[in-house]
Amino acid sequence: MGGQGMSTTAYTLRFGEIGRADHGRVGGKCASLGEMTRAGVSVPPGFAVTTDAYLAMLDATHLREEIEAHLARLDFDDVAELDRAAQAIQIRFRSHHLPAEVEAAIRAGYAEIGEGTPVAVRSSATAEDLPDASFAGQQDTYLWVMGSDDVIEHVRDCWASLFTARAMKYRHDNKLGQIEVLMSVAVQKMVNARAAGVAMTLDPLNGDRTKIVIDASYGLGELVVSGIVTPDNYRVEKVLMEVIDRRISEKHLELVPDAEAATTVEREVDEARRQAQCLSDAEILAVARLAKELERQNGCPQDVEWAIDADLPEGENLLALQARPETVWSQKPKEKPKASYALGMMGIVGALNNPIGSR
Amino acid sequence: MDAQTPLFPSAYDLKAPAGAEGWEDLYPYYLTFQPNLREKEDAKFWFCDSQHWPNPFKPFDAVTVEYAVRCLGQYNTRHYLVPPANGVDYRIHNGYCYMSPIAVAPELIEGRIPQFLERAGHYFQNWDSLLDNWHKKVKANIAEMEALSFEKLPEVVPIDWITEGRGVDPHLDIMGNYDAAIQLLYKTWQYHFEFLNLGYAAYLDFFGFMKGEFPTIPDQAIAKMVQGVDSDLFRPDDELKKLARLAIELGVGDALKSGSVDEALAAVAKLPHGPAWIDAWEGAKDPWFNFTSGNGFYSTDKYWIDHLDIPMGYLRDYILRAEAGETIERPTAELIAERDRITSEYEAMMDEASREAFQGKLGLARVVFPYVENHNFYIEHWSMSVFWRKMRELSTMLKEEGFWPTDDGMFYLSRQEVRDALFDYGNAWATGGDWIGPSYWPQEIERRRGIIDALATQPPQPALNNPPAVITEPFTIMLWGITSESIQNWIGADEVEGALSGMAASPGAVEGIARVIRSPDQLSEIQVGEILVAPVTAPSWAPVFGKIKATVTDIGGMMSHAAIVCREYGLPAVTGTGNGSSKIQTGQMIRVDGNTGKVTVLD
Repeated sequence: MGGQGMSTTAYTLRFGEIGRADHGRVGGKCASLGEMTRAGVSVPPGFAVTTDAYLAMLDATHLREEIEAHLARLDFDDVAELDRAAQAIQIRFRSHHLPAEVEAAIRAGYAEIGEGTPVAVRSSATAEDLPDASFAGQQDTYLWVMGSDDVIEHVRDCWASLFTARAMKYRHDNKLGQIEVLMSVAVQKMVNARAAGVAMTLDPLNGDRTKIVIDASYGLGELVVSGIVTPDNYRVEKVLMEVIDRRISEKHLELVPDAEAATTVEREVDEARRQAQCLSDAEILAVARLAKELERQNGCPQDVEWAIDADLPEGENLLALQARPETVWSQKPKEKPKASYALGMMGIVGALNNPIGSR
Repeated sequence: MDAQTPLFPSAYDLKAPAGAEGWEDLYPYYLTFQPNLREKEDAKFWFCDSQHWPNPFKPFDAVTVEYAVRCLGQYNTRHYLVPPANGVDYRIHNGYCYMSPIAVAPELIEGRIPQFLERAGHYFQNWDSLLDNWHKKVKANIAEMEALSFEKLPEVVPIDWITEGRGVDPHLDIMGNYDAAIQLLYKTWQYHFEFLNLGYAAYLDFFGFMKGEFPTIPDQAIAKMVQGVDSDLFRPDDELKKLARLAIELGVGDALKSGSVDEALAAVAKLPHGPAWIDAWEGAKDPWFNFTSGNGFYSTDKYWIDHLDIPMGYLRDYILRAEAGETIERPTAELIAERDRITSEYEAMMDEASREAFQGKLGLARVVFPYVENHNFYIEHWSMSVFWRKMRELSTMLKEEGFWPTDDGMFYLSRQEVRDALFDYGNAWATGGDWIGPSYWPQEIERRRGIIDALATQPPQPALNNPPAVITEPFTIMLWGITSESIQNWIGADEVEGALSGMAASPGAVEGIARVIRSPDQLSEIQVGEILVAPVTAPSWAPVFGKIKATVTDIGGMMSHAAIVCREYGLPAVTGTGNGSSKIQTGQMIRVDGNTGKVTVLD
């Protein structure tokens, strides 16, 4: 994949290579991962299998003609017939090898993440003008995929997932065309979180925007979010970027990946680590910088989910998993305006008559 | 707490340490707590100013507290009529200096506002032109001091004085020059405060505004928005860095590295480009080596220009570091960028209405604040360098005439007693009899030396009597950083074992080996990567800040020298710990947290 970033028929693009011009061929999910990556925000590393790869698959294997043949005589209102057609198309997808160049590109991309590393393979559809909720859920996500053969197989599964009966019906009802909607696929490293949590770019207790408040605990962030573990709580001064407060809690459980079972397991945290600060000061500041950067990019206070990946080298191991606008304080009506400030000489008289240190 | 018991002791109950009995007689009557005024004096709250006067002072040196604090007061009370504040009353007790600000009666405050607006307003509106003139006045004052000389009296009046019919003798000049030196010193301290209180007032206004907008904003963030990067206070150090670069460029670096200052300079002079470097060195000396390793308030202060080994030591260090490829220059462009970043990020978090006030108040604070930093070079360093040099010349002259056995003898006399000694000197010279001084002063000076040494064995009290319920006096807060909260810290002095707290003066947190420095003579002991722990630091210590990891001081606030320089160098600092330099020992592993103001001994 390396060096293909500028070419016109790249089958794969690293997230960091995805430019604005590529958005049409990587789909919404990959485009946003790409945008964060290019803005310097680390996300779990990975690459997009572009729509060019999908098109190459359709053309090199004559799948296009096969699909068209199935569609030509299809009655979309006949559920049983639609089901049969969908299954037939999906079987046709799985019966073809990927074009050799596409396969090679995916293998190379996966090798870069690390052969044998667990990855998530997720579809990333291009029909971005569609309402997300109704469409996005209809494509597949495969977790804990390991080995390049499996990755290739699941990329193909993602493509095939365009042709579930529901998706086909949806497109038909919305007059989107069946072959016109293209599919890109994201191949992304599974996070092996050593620690994870949430960062808010304001103080949730009082809305103070000069603070970044971080909750952090061991393992994946779900136990923090669900409140099963009382996380460490750190406060960072947002402008000076200094840790001003650290409240260390007893963190008795951690949620860690179990690659064998291709899932996560809850585990007791050993005595020694329970009472320890789970992030170093440098890591606290790195999380704060990440949150501050996402706030800057998005133009409003953010609520950021993050993780520190145990498998990545120091300095590159902090990952953004999700960023969304903070809603509680941002939606509060502004306090009534403060008494106006005395200006000029009267300001100085006021400061002398009522100095701040005396209040 | 028992309401009957004051929080701090009465001066009248604080006895002098053994061997210091009779110390009161070393200072003028108006500087000590008079026995018949006990009720009145005990009703006031006094705090110790160990920031400027950390050690008991010799009788002559008391002139610095008298002039400095008196001249601070004149501007509040008589020039600008600062609405709520007059000057600061001061006393010496057991060798230390205690301050008690004098508030304006609440019913009189309102009436002073129009005069303040007119008088202080004139200064704020014409700040730049008045400040230009200030520089001229101060330099003229320095030149006048430089011109003073103290020659021994001749055997006979010169013949031309006879033939010209002058009708006076050279003793008149000695007396006149001494009086002139004292008068010029008085003027120096009047100039010192001409702008200073106003500068602090504008800063206080901006500071209060920022705290109003962002109640939890760190003080150091506000300081960083206002602080200058090209203060004249940094010039002496910058000059050494330039000289180090030039030495390498001209190929004289190696010649400078060894021997005494004279030997090194002689070695340089022999090299092809040596004279060019010597010219640069000489050019930097005046005025930038009029730079004290103390704070200007003591006759014992060592000024670079009189002790060239001090700047030479720093210079050698800079040459080695520059040769090793280190960047020795201050990153001024980065500092400005950082200042702008901090300013704009806070501004971005304000609403529209606040932004206008912010820009106005920040603008004024930035106009006036350079004075707050720069004046220190012109007064405490340059002017005081010349004053002390002249006084040492006079002391040495009288030593040579037999009045006392050591060069520092004169400083054990009060400034009025020096006039007496000088009269004694000219008196016997005129009568043809014997001076009384040589049989009077040596043992009296020895007695006084014993008293001062005994006083120094006992640290000062942080304060006397009861503080007001709330500290509202703006200059107490601004100049000394004393608030109701800091007084609580003094009281809670028996904190957790191994933990000290002070002011979070410069951000960052590090751990490292402590190096306790009690006198500038010890500065060369500091090793790279150590944490400097000292009662107080001075601007001329700047070169060591390039070596250390953090600073802890006993005394000082957000705008103290240590705080300013640490922010400049990006080092954590905790200032005003009260007794860090006594509690921490060299070699101990300590943690300094400049964000919370905590210092922890880890060993």
